[in-house]
Amino acid sequence: MPQPARPLSPFTTIYRWPLAMALSIVHRMTGIAIAIGLLLVVWLLLALAHGPESYATARALCGSWLGLVLLFGWTWALTFHLANGIRHLFWDVGKGFSIQQAKASGIAVIVASLVLTALIWACVFAQGGK
Amino acid sequence: MSETNNVRAADYRTPLKRVRGLGAAKSGTHHFIAQRVTAVALVFLVLWAIYLALALVHSDYAQAREMLHHPFAAVWLIAFLIAGFWHAQLGIQVVIEDYVHTRWLEAVAQLANKFVCAAAALAGIIAVVRIVLS
Repeated sequence: MPQPARPLSPFTTIYRWPLAMALSIVHRMTGIAIAIGLLLVVWLLLALAHGPESYATARALCGSWLGLVLLFGWTWALTFHLANGIRHLFWDVGKGFSIQQAKASGIAVIVASLVLTALIWACVFAQGGK
Repeated sequence: MSETNNVRAADYRTPLKRVRGLGAAKSGTHHFIAQRVTAVALVFLVLWAIYLALALVHSDYAQAREMLHHPFAAVWLIAFLIAGFWHAQLGIQVVIEDYVHTRWLEAVAQLANKFVCAAAALAGIIAVVRIVLS
C-alpha cells in the first residue's frame, strides 16, 4: 500500500531522550549487530572445519586491527544485549516497572556491559599477544 | 488484558475461534513466547560461548579442532547456533515489520531474513558436525 507523506512526530529530534528510550533503541541496534556477528561465527566454524589454511586466514583477519575493532564492538554489543535482555525478562514477569527501578536497572545494564567487556578483553590480553 | 476485556471479546467469537486463541493476528502469542524461551536459553548459551571463545583465542588449528571435537562442546555449540539464529530471526522480523512499510519490500526482506538465518544456522551445524566426525 503506498504511504501518503504524512508529517511524523519529531519525538527523536525534539524531546530530551529518556534513558529507557535510548536503551531500547540501543537494544535493537545491538541485536542487529549481534546477528551479523553470528554470521561471522559461522564463517569461523566453516574455516575451522575446512582446514588449517582457511583457519589461519580467518585467525589473521580476526587479529588485524579492523578485526580487533569489530570484535571489541561486537563484545560490547553482546554483553549489552545480554544484560538488557535479562532486564527485559524481569519486566516480562512483571518486576521492576517503577520509573526509579527502570532507571536504576538501566544504569546497572550500562555498567554491567562495560565491566563484562573489560573483563573479557582483559582475559584476551592476559593470555598474551593480540 | 483485564478480565472484562476477555469476557466482552468472548461474546463476539465462536467457541472454535476462542479455543484456537489466535486473535486477529492469526499467530497468537507464539512469536512472543518463542522470543522469550530462546532468550532464556541464550543467557546460558552465550555465557558458555564467551568462555569457549576465550579458550580459543590463542589456540592453533589442532588445539581448536581438539576443543570442538568433544561431544559436549559440539552439543552446546549447535544449541547456541539454533537458539541464536532463531532469536535473531524473530528480532529482525519485528524490526522489518516496524520500519519497512512498502509491502513487497517487506515481504522480500522477511523472506531473506528467514532464509539467511536458516541457511547460516544449517551451515554452522554442518561445520560443527564435520569437526566432531573427523
